[in-house]
Amino acid sequence: MKLSHDEIFRYSRHLLIPEVGLEGQEKLKAAAVLVIGTGGLGSPVALYLAAAGIGRIGLVDYDVVDFSNLQRQVIHGEATLGKLKVESARARMLDINPDIQVDVYNEMFTSENAFRIAEPYDLIIDGTDNFPTRYLTNDLCVLTGKPNVYGSIYRFDGQASVFNADDDSPCYRCLFPEPPPPGLVPSCAEGGVLGILPGTIGTIQATEAIKLILGIGETLSGKLLLYNALDMSFDFVRLRKNPKCKVCGENPDVTELIDYEQFCGMPANDHDAGSAGDEWDISALELKARLDAGEALHLIDVREPHELAISQLPNANLIPLGQLAARMHELDSAEEIVLFCKIGTRSVRALEVLVSAGFRKIKNLDGGINAWAEEVDPSLPIY
Amino acid sequence: MPVLRLPTPLRPYADGQSAIDVQGQNVAEALNDLVTQHPSLQKHLFSDAGTLRPFVNLFLGEEDVRHLQGVETELKEDDILRIIPSIAGGNNR
Repeated sequence: MKLSHDEIFRYSRHLLIPEVGLEGQEKLKAAAVLVIGTGGLGSPVALYLAAAGIGRIGLVDYDVVDFSNLQRQVIHGEATLGKLKVESARARMLDINPDIQVDVYNEMFTSENAFRIAEPYDLIIDGTDNFPTRYLTNDLCVLTGKPNVYGSIYRFDGQASVFNADDDSPCYRCLFPEPPPPGLVPSCAEGGVLGILPGTIGTIQATEAIKLILGIGETLSGKLLLYNALDMSFDFVRLRKNPKCKVCGENPDVTELIDYEQFCGMPANDHDAGSAGDEWDISALELKARLDAGEALHLIDVREPHELAISQLPNANLIPLGQLAARMHELDSAEEIVLFCKIGTRSVRALEVLVSAGFRKIKNLDGGINAWAEEVDPSLPIY
Repeated sequence: MPVLRLPTPLRPYADGQSAIDVQGQNVAEALNDLVTQHPSLQKHLFSDAGTLRPFVNLFLGEEDVRHLQGVETELKEDDILRIIPSIAGGNNR
């Protein structure tokens, strides 16, 4: 794919590198890359791939730009709040580089549409936020023979690798044959993430994608990068292909895409407000009415101590989820207990812990203290 | 004494610690010592039947213990045993 004079000038700093050169830049122009997710990881990935001159970039996301995204999702801005993320990202990418083609897929990435969406692309970048979509992306890449450039983040920790780069390259399932049970690993919506962390990991993913396309250097295939921003440590562990892997092994069980939400036992997004089901849930308005009526309800806040500085409910006792099992003796199962957290996901886990210990008079504040702030007490901030 | 490095998501179950000195001649003994010190970790690492849960990835140095001798892998005084977590974050809110 020939470059125009304008493109030669635009990419001159690439053309000067012997490992890239004119031939390499033409490879980048001929390449097609699919980016799953245009959030924390997808933002730097999409920005740098656009700037680098990847000829065709696909973006998959079904969300809209939210105010709380802007702390880390640097491809979006206040001007695109409330707009579709894929459209917001496309506009920014074409502003950087109008010579590229940006395809947008404003839909959830699912087993039903994954083959259709991925078909035109040479490699896939996993910038998702949940286990079902990660397993889907992995299996799709194995079944279609496309490299999977992986990145994942939590608080100060990041991971990156390249899966399925060739026949000898392990896949995500070789390392993680099955997902952790729901609730063990908090999402970034509950646990938080340093805003810069996806920038670090996303730029590593973009780098690996460019190297794969150019066929230069040594990629992260067969290695897992473990980055910690607090220690500023970059550690590597060796990954091997698992001959018994259910998707890329010698006798695979998974020969087509499956129901990944069922496989992971959780929905394919990380921001559903927590609900324990009708029987266990209490809404913020209902809780307010019952407290106003003078009912004796024991409010238990299962968030972390530092979250009290953001918002609190009066007369609530703090027992962080991680301490609940050890501090259960502080609770009286004869009392009616209402559990809450930020959005209701940790309190659902807490409810499960208590129910399995025999507690029955117990409720989960649906939507957490954020729902209380929205529906009952607007003087509290939402976070 | 070997050191076990805990990933961030498991630290709340070990009083927030990131690295814990563990006693044991092999990986299994070290893990038993870990859950004796921090019983809240038990259900995150082991099934009800007492076997290591399949999503728990243990690395000794750079190597996955599954490619060594599994939980029978012997430990030396200065070994670093690391649990590598599944983390899913990356995109949205």
